Amino acid sequence: MPERIRVLVAKPVLDGHDRGAKVIARAFRDAGFEVIYTGLRQTPEQVVNAALQEDVDVVGLSVLSGAHMTLCPRILELMKKEKLNDVLVIVGGIIPDPDIPKLKELGVSEIFQPGTSTADIIAYIRQHVRSNGQH
Amino acid sequence: MAKNVKERPFTTISGVPIDEVYTGPVPDPGKPGEPPYTRGIYPTMYRGRLWTMRQFSGFGTPEDTNRRYHYLLSQGQTGLSVAFHLPTLMGYDSDHPMSAGEVGKCGVAIDSLADMETLFEGLPLDKISTSMTTNAPATILWSMYLAVAEKQGVPWTALRGTIQNDILKEYIAEKTYIFPPRPSMKLVVDTFEFGTRFVPQWNTISISGYHIREAGSTALQELAFTLYDGIEYVEWALRAGLKIDEFAPRLSFFFNAHSDFFEEIAKYRAARKVWYKVMNERFHAKDPRSSVLRFHTQTAGCALTAQQPNNNIVRVALQALSAVLGGTQSLHTNALDESLALPTEDAARIALRTQQIIAHETGVTKTVDPFGGSYFLETLTGQMEKGCWEYFERLDAMGGMVAAIEQGYPQREIQDAAYTYQMAVERGEKIIVGVNDFVSDETPIPVLQIDETVAASQAAKLKELRERRDNGRVHDTLHALQSAASAENKNMMPFVLDCVRSYATLGEICDALRAVYGVYEESII
Repeated sequence: MPERIRVLVAKPVLDGHDRGAKVIARAFRDAGFEVIYTGLRQTPEQVVNAALQEDVDVVGLSVLSGAHMTLCPRILELMKKEKLNDVLVIVGGIIPDPDIPKLKELGVSEIFQPGTSTADIIAYIRQHVRSNGQH
Repeated sequence: MAKNVKERPFTTISGVPIDEVYTGPVPDPGKPGEPPYTRGIYPTMYRGRLWTMRQFSGFGTPEDTNRRYHYLLSQGQTGLSVAFHLPTLMGYDSDHPMSAGEVGKCGVAIDSLADMETLFEGLPLDKISTSMTTNAPATILWSMYLAVAEKQGVPWTALRGTIQNDILKEYIAEKTYIFPPRPSMKLVVDTFEFGTRFVPQWNTISISGYHIREAGSTALQELAFTLYDGIEYVEWALRAGLKIDEFAPRLSFFFNAHSDFFEEIAKYRAARKVWYKVMNERFHAKDPRSSVLRFHTQTAGCALTAQQPNNNIVRVALQALSAVLGGTQSLHTNALDESLALPTEDAARIALRTQQIIAHETGVTKTVDPFGGSYFLETLTGQMEKGCWEYFERLDAMGGMVAAIEQGYPQREIQDAAYTYQMAVERGEKIIVGVNDFVSDETPIPVLQIDETVAASQAAKLKELRERRDNGRVHDTLHALQSAASAENKNMMPFVLDCVRSYATLGEICDALRAVYGVYEESII
């Protein structure tokens, strides 16, 4: 029996739109993942610290406010500093198409835009966790 | 292929079962303009005056948004509605570390009275009505507006508009809270009292279901939690010594227009009826204006799709039509690109044109409540009302809405509904065109980009302001504000006004209040 996949669902900084994060967190739990939800208003440092403390396999960032190009690079930088290299990073929310290649270049594995089914995200995690070629 | 019968079972979007056909008799809903106002609050409705076309708008710097306001008014918009960026809503200046990446993104950056003066440059405040979506810092942004009026030489008695000021739904759904519920409720009551005395035409609150629905609630939950929030505000104001008929006529409401056409119309009709009964039977209001529910509507942002975004024009038109048939007093129609970004000028214009087409081409304005007496709609309206009273009983038993929020009750109800809906979509029981059915290839559309020069521009203005202003006066007004907050029995509005007039920044004023009131942190449910 493999260990349960551990996922941190995080809402960085000011954005309070948490409908998606909470739906995803519950879908992950129903899929058998261990889910840690940070709650709102977490600084990048707090997010990375939680990932470290909770020894997660996946960090899922939810950003709907347009601040993703500031927050995601900062979080990825801090994760590198903490040597969290085998942790899968995924991002969900309002992410315009032109930003997607930039985020992937920085180390985000996948970006899930509005309308994605939770089943697709769960399948993606199962497929890519720890065996992700980018890491 | 008979796609339309794929949906099983037959329910509203909120999951309420729908019969094959409805027959009478149904209760007589009465006449428009007469209690309980199910059919509308005025006898002539849109034959007398159309709803206010009020597009929620704000982005970038105050200069950027001021230009958009002049444009929208030149295109026939009839009222302003200010969208502030997240740092302003959360009580941070644009140069605060928490604001990084957010400046000018979700709305316009307003850091001080100087920015508010720029925002309303060339817009005479006695000629327009303005709605401001601000909750936790509502006293501050309203004070800035009042101070701009002073500078324009416009008496406060001539001002018309609304502050959202609905802190309860922040804890329940929208989550842009700053202080804990109890001091926050006191600030709300302070605005009621201040408005009654000095700004009599102002709506001091817009009790909002919009965000509750966006967070995933059903139509009934939106209605019940919103009206019960209204009850809670009235209870707090009465406890503070205000008289019901002094402030109740200035209470206003704000609902969502989601995609289930008939369910939405039933919601608006039931809202008026329930509020009438609440004000009469629970609060014994005597002034007829106290028991009339006036509301703004915005089409559902959460119903827009990022896929095939042009389809959103059609969604918005149908949602807006339900709001009009439901008797709304003002309306915001979303732009087709708002599931991707803030709207471009082109998208914003189409959204406004959608309202103008409904108003001037469809003929739906020519008679009042054309669905009155419909077997189906009257039945739905009755179910909505009944469901509302059931929720009220539960909330009463919990000790009111503040207590219910502290127990996580409305938050849990909404979360469950959001999850149920998402799973129904994923099972294909609910079809969203372009998302889980009728999918096709598409070409990307142009979207509005806000660059980081906005943050630099705001930071430079703040630096300059902090050098230019009388910092001794700023210190004194902030100190007086803190003393008043600690005293607990003082109306905070005059103190906030003094801070604003001295050009204390929004962040400084919020910091001063945080030091006395503390900050709210929600427990994770």
